[in-house]
Amino acid sequence: MIDLAGSDATNKRVLKRLKRRKAADARFRVFGLSAVGFALSALAVLLLSIGYQAFSATTYHVVEFDMSDMPLPTESPPDANVSKTLEAVFRAARDDLGAMFPESGSEAVLRMEMSAMITRLAALPTALKIARDPGHVADLRQVRMPLSDDLDLFLKGSGGHATLSRAGTVRSRIDESGMVVLAGQGAFRPLLANASAAGVSFGDDPAAGSALVTAGRSTIRLISATPDDARGELLTGDAADFDGAAPVVRLVEVPRALRAISDHQIAWTLALKTDGRIERVLHWSLLTHTDSTQPELAGTLAAIVGSFLTLMVTASVAIPVGIFASIYLEEFAPKNRLTSLIEVNINNLAAVPSIVFGLLGAAVFLGVFGLPRSAPIVGGLVLSLMILPVVIIASRAALKSVPPSVRSGAMAIGASEMQTVFHHVLPLAAPGILTGAILGMARALGETAPLLLIGMVAFVANVPNSSTDEATALPVLIYLWATQAERAWEPMTAAAIMILLLFLISMNVVVVYLRRRFERKW
Amino acid sequence: MDTGTEADFVTPATSLSTQDGRDGTRMDCRNVSVFYGNKQAVSDVSLSIPDRSVTALIGPSGCGKSTFLRCLNRMNDTIEGCRVEGEIVMDGQDINSPDIDPVLLRSRVGMVFQKPNPFPKSIYENIAYGPRIHGLAQTRDDLNEMVEKSLKRAGLWEEVKDRLDAAGTSLSGGQQQRLCIARAIAVRPEIILMDEPCSALDPIATARIVELIDELRKRYCIVIVTHSMQQAARVSQRTAFFHLGNLVEMGETDQIFTSPRMRKTEDYITGRFG
Amino acid sequence: MNWLLLAALLTIASVGFTAGRHKAGQFGTDPETHPHSRPNFHGYYVLMWTLLPAAVVGCVYLICNNWIAAELVSSELPAPFKVFPEADLAAYLRAVERAASLPGYASGEHVFDTVLVRFREISGQVNLVTLLALFGAAYAGLRVSVRQVAPDLRARVVVERGIEIFLFLCAGLAVATTVGIVLSLLFESLRFFAQVPLWDFLTGLHWNAQTSAEFGAVPLFFGTFMISAIAMVVAAPVGLFSAIYLSEYAGARSRNMIKPILEILAGVPTVVYGFFALLLVAPGIRSLALWINRVIIEAGWSDGPVLAAQPTSALAAGIVMGVMVIPFVSSLSDDVISAVPHSLRDGALAMGATKSEMIRHVVIPAALPGIIAALLLAVSRAIGETMIVVMAAGQRAQVSMDPTSDLTTITVQIVSLLTGESEFDSPKTLSAFALGLVLFVITLLFNLVALSVVKRFREKYD
Repeated sequence: MIDLAGSDATNKRVLKRLKRRKAADARFRVFGLSAVGFALSALAVLLLSIGYQAFSATTYHVVEFDMSDMPLPTESPPDANVSKTLEAVFRAARDDLGAMFPESGSEAVLRMEMSAMITRLAALPTALKIARDPGHVADLRQVRMPLSDDLDLFLKGSGGHATLSRAGTVRSRIDESGMVVLAGQGAFRPLLANASAAGVSFGDDPAAGSALVTAGRSTIRLISATPDDARGELLTGDAADFDGAAPVVRLVEVPRALRAISDHQIAWTLALKTDGRIERVLHWSLLTHTDSTQPELAGTLAAIVGSFLTLMVTASVAIPVGIFASIYLEEFAPKNRLTSLIEVNINNLAAVPSIVFGLLGAAVFLGVFGLPRSAPIVGGLVLSLMILPVVIIASRAALKSVPPSVRSGAMAIGASEMQTVFHHVLPLAAPGILTGAILGMARALGETAPLLLIGMVAFVANVPNSSTDEATALPVLIYLWATQAERAWEPMTAAAIMILLLFLISMNVVVVYLRRRFERKW
Repeated sequence: MDTGTEADFVTPATSLSTQDGRDGTRMDCRNVSVFYGNKQAVSDVSLSIPDRSVTALIGPSGCGKSTFLRCLNRMNDTIEGCRVEGEIVMDGQDINSPDIDPVLLRSRVGMVFQKPNPFPKSIYENIAYGPRIHGLAQTRDDLNEMVEKSLKRAGLWEEVKDRLDAAGTSLSGGQQQRLCIARAIAVRPEIILMDEPCSALDPIATARIVELIDELRKRYCIVIVTHSMQQAARVSQRTAFFHLGNLVEMGETDQIFTSPRMRKTEDYITGRFG
Repeated sequence: MNWLLLAALLTIASVGFTAGRHKAGQFGTDPETHPHSRPNFHGYYVLMWTLLPAAVVGCVYLICNNWIAAELVSSELPAPFKVFPEADLAAYLRAVERAASLPGYASGEHVFDTVLVRFREISGQVNLVTLLALFGAAYAGLRVSVRQVAPDLRARVVVERGIEIFLFLCAGLAVATTVGIVLSLLFESLRFFAQVPLWDFLTGLHWNAQTSAEFGAVPLFFGTFMISAIAMVVAAPVGLFSAIYLSEYAGARSRNMIKPILEILAGVPTVVYGFFALLLVAPGIRSLALWINRVIIEAGWSDGPVLAAQPTSALAAGIVMGVMVIPFVSSLSDDVISAVPHSLRDGALAMGATKSEMIRHVVIPAALPGIIAALLLAVSRAIGETMIVVMAAGQRAQVSMDPTSDLTTITVQIVSLLTGESEFDSPKTLSAFALGLVLFVITLLFNLVALSVVKRFREKYD
C-alpha cells in the first residue's frame, strides 16, 4: 500500500475510510453477481422442474391382451357398431383380467376396481380397427392398452410414496381365520424401521397406510407385524408362493381412504408385471392422439395442427403487411406528423397487453365480421395484429442497416425509388427481416390469452382440417391440462410444454443460424 | 488569478515532497511496455518525471503517448485486454504491483481528459464529489472551503460563485474543462495528468487553460499530452517525443525545440510529418 | 369456392397484364415516339386497375354482407315480429346469422328454421350479386385501362404511386388496429356504463360479476396492483443489478453468454410460467405460510393462523411474474447504462472513485431516466400479464394485504368473464370490455411516458 501517512490526521482517516469503501465495493459486486445468479437459477429451476416432470411422461405402461378369440357383435352396418364393438373389446379385456384374478369376482367393489385398471376409451383404437375390418380380429393376439394413469404413476414411483424393503426368508401358513401368517427370524425388521421412520401405521384401518408383501404373483396386505412374524390378508395369488421365499415389502404411506388406487389394484398390477404383461413403452400417443378426458389416452396432435393452422394465417398476414409497412416507413414516408403518429403508434402497440388483442378479436372479428368462433383463422388474425409491431420494428432495423451507398448506387444508374428498394435494398435486408419474422412467429406460437377470448379453448377431439374448423392451440392445451385436478395431468402438461419449447427452440436456432450466416459488416 | 498559498490547504504532496527533495524525481518509469491483446502500443519506454514542473508528451497521433499517460494512474486497468509491463516507481514503490490500490493511487495522481466530462450534477457537487468519497472533509464548512479553493485555483471561482447549483454541463467548453481541473485538484493530488486538455476548446479557452497550467506547476507535478507544439513549448519544462510507441527523445523543452538530437524529432517539430 | 374465386380473379388480372404489355410492346423504341414507360409497367398498370375495383367490391361485401341479408330478412318478417323491441329482434337475427354459418344446422323449431332457410336463400342471392359485381368491376377496369395504354402514358409513375399507396395502407394498419382497439373497447364499455354507472364501477368495493351483478372493480385494481408490486419487488433489484453486473463487471465472454440466456426468460411462453407457478411455487409458498402460522401459534403470539396460506396466492403469481419481467428490466437498463459515455466513467475513476462508487454516483444518476423507463415498461408488462395470474393468482375479488391470500386481477376477470361466452350483451360480458378499457388506458399511459423518457435520454447521449 502506498504510504500516505504523512503524519497527517486526514490521511489516517482516508485510509480507514478506504477499507470501508473497498468492502462496499466488494458487496456491490456480490449483489450484481447474485442478481445474475438468481435470474439464471430461476430459469434453471423452471426448465429442470418441468423437464423432470416431462421425462416421466415420455414413457408409459401398457397392458397386453390376447383378443384373437373375442366374441364380436354381428349386426351391421359396422359404423353403428363402433360403440358396441368398443364395449365388446373392453369387456373382453376386463374378462381376461377377471379370469386371471378370480378373487375380483367376489365383490362388487373389487369388480369396479378391476374395471378401473383400464379406461373404457382405451379400447377405442382396437374397436375402430375391428369395426373397419371384422376379419381383422384374428390378428389381435397382442393388443396393448394403456394402464390407468394412477397405476402408471404408481409404477413410475411417483404415485404416493411406496417405500420398498426386502423381508428375510419366511415360512407361510394359513391360520384358523383364513389369514396368512408369515414367520421368519427378523424378517420384518426393515419394514417396521421404515414405518416408524416415516411415522406411518398400517393395518386394517382405511385411515392408515398399507404394508404389501409380494412374492411372485402373490401379494398380502399385512394387518399386524412383529419383527419376526406378520399376519395379513391374501389379496391375490397363492399363500404357498411365500413359503421359503424372501418377499418384497412395500410400505405405502398414503392412507387407503385418500388414495386413487386400491391395494388390490396394486397387487394385480404387480402380478401382471411379474407375468410380463405390463410393459413400459415410449409414449408415442402423446404426439399421435388428440385430447381426451383420460390422461393416459390424451395427446397433442389436434393442438399441434391447430397451432400450425393458426400460425399459417398469422404468417400470411403479419409478414407481408409488416414488411410492406416497414418499407414504407423506412424508405418512402415523408417526415411529417402523420408518419410520426404511425411510428409512436407502432411502438405503443408493441407494448399493449396481449389480452387486449383478444378483446379486439372478440368484438371485431367475431362480433362485427361474424367469423366463426374457435377457428384458427380468427386466432391467426388476432395474433398477426399482435406481432405486427414486432415484425415492423425488426424489418425497419434490417432496412436501416443497409448502407445508403447501395441506394445511391442504384439511383445513380437510373433505377426508380421503387426499383431501388425492391431490387437492391430488400434482398440485402432479407435475412434481418426473416429473423424478425421468425421471432414474431415464435411469440405468436407461445401466446395463450387472446386465444382464450376468441373461444379456442374448446375441448377438441378431432384434428382440424382447415382454418375455419374448430380448433385449439398448443399453449391453450397446456393451460387446459395444467388446470386439471388429477395428478397424472402434471407430467402430461410438462411433456406438452416440452413439445412447445422444442418448437420455439428450433425457431430460435434458425434465427441464430441466419444471424451467423448472413452477418455482414458494412 | 488567486491560486492561494493558504497554509491550511496542505496537500499530501507538500508533506511527501519535502522528504523527496523539492526538485527531485516524482515518478520514474523503467522499460514500460503496453499491449492491447497482442498489439503492442508502447514499447520499452523509460523516463523520469520531475516534481513541480510540467512534462509534455508530444508526437503524432497513435504514437502511444495517451496510452503511456494512462499507465501513470493505472487507468488502463479499466480497458479489457490491456497489459502493462515494466516498472513505474513512485515513492520507491512500483505502482503496478498488486498491493498498490488503484483507487488510492488515482486519488494522488489525478487526470483531466481530452473532452471535458463534468458529471451530470451541479457545479458544487462536481467538485465536492472527490472529497466526499475520500472522506477528506469532516464538516460542511470544510467541504465548502475545499470547493471554493479548488475553484479558485482552477480560476473558475469568479465566474461561477453565484451559480454553484447550476448543472456542470451548463458551462461553456473551456469552463467545463477548468471545472474538471478543479475537480481533480479537490482530491489533493500530487500529480495531475492531462490528456490533450485543450483539443476540444477554442483558442481563447485554450489560452486560459495554458495560463492555468503554468500557475499549477508551482504546486503540482503535471504531465500533459498535447498535439500542439506551441503549447508544449509554452507550458512545459521537459518534453518527451514519442513515435510509433517508442520514446524517441526526452530532454529540456528548450533543447528539444531548438537543438533536437534526433533527426525524427527535428522532422516532427519542423512540421515535416505528423 | 373461395379458392376458385381467387383463381378466376388472378386469371383476369394476368389477362389484363398480358394485354397491357402486348399493346405497349407495339409502340416500338422509335426515339421520336419513345414511350415513357417500359411495356411491363403498362402491364402492371392494367393489372392494378383490374384488381383494384374487384378488391373494393370484395371489401364492401366482407363488411356488410351479413348486415344486408339481415336487413332483407327483417323487412320480410311477418307482423307478429314487429311487436318485439328492437334489441330483441337484433339478437334474434344474430342467432339466425350464426346458425346460417354452420352448414346443415337446423334447430328443430319451426319458426326459427323458416327464417333460417329464408336467410340462407337471401344470402345466397347476395353472394351471387356480389360475384357478378366483382367480375363486372374487374372487367370494366381492364377495358378502361387497356384503352388508356399509350406511348405517353406515365405507367411507371402511376404504378409506383399505386404501390406506395398500398405500402402506406399497410403501415396504416397499425393505426387501424389501435383505432379498432379503442373503438371496440369504448363501444362495448359505453353499453356497459349505460347499465352500470362509471363511478360505481371505479369505486365499488364488491365485485361479483358471475353470480350477482356487483361491479365494483376496486378489488380487481387492488389485486392487479398488489401482484404487480410483488413482481417489481423481485424484478427491479434483480434486473437492475444484473444489468449493472453485465455491463460493468462481467467480461466480454461471460456477457455474451449470460445475456442471451437472460433473454430466454422473456421468450418462455407465459403459460409455462403459469404451470411453473402452479406446480412448484404456489405449493411451496403455501407450505411456508402454513409453517409460519404453526410457528407463530406455537410461540403464542397469536391464537389463530395469521396468513391465509391459500393454494394459489398473490405471492406465488407475483414472484413468478417478477422472474418473467427480469429481462425487460435488465436488457433496457443494460442498454441505457452502456449508453452513458465512457468519459464520465473515466472522470470518476481518475478521481479515485471505486468502481461501485463510479456506478452508484455517476453512471446510475446519468442513466436514471432510462432505468425509470425500463421499470415503467416492466410494470406495464406485469399489469397486462394474463396467464400467470389466471393460473396462479386465484379468483377471489378481495382487498387483502396478506400476500398469501388469493387475489384476482383485471386480466383474470376478463378471461373468466369472456371464456365460453359468445354473446356480448349482458352486463357480465360487457364488464370485461370495461375492464379491458381500464387496462388499455393504464398500460398506454405507462408506455407513453416510458417511451418518451427513453427517447429524450437517447437524444441526450447520441
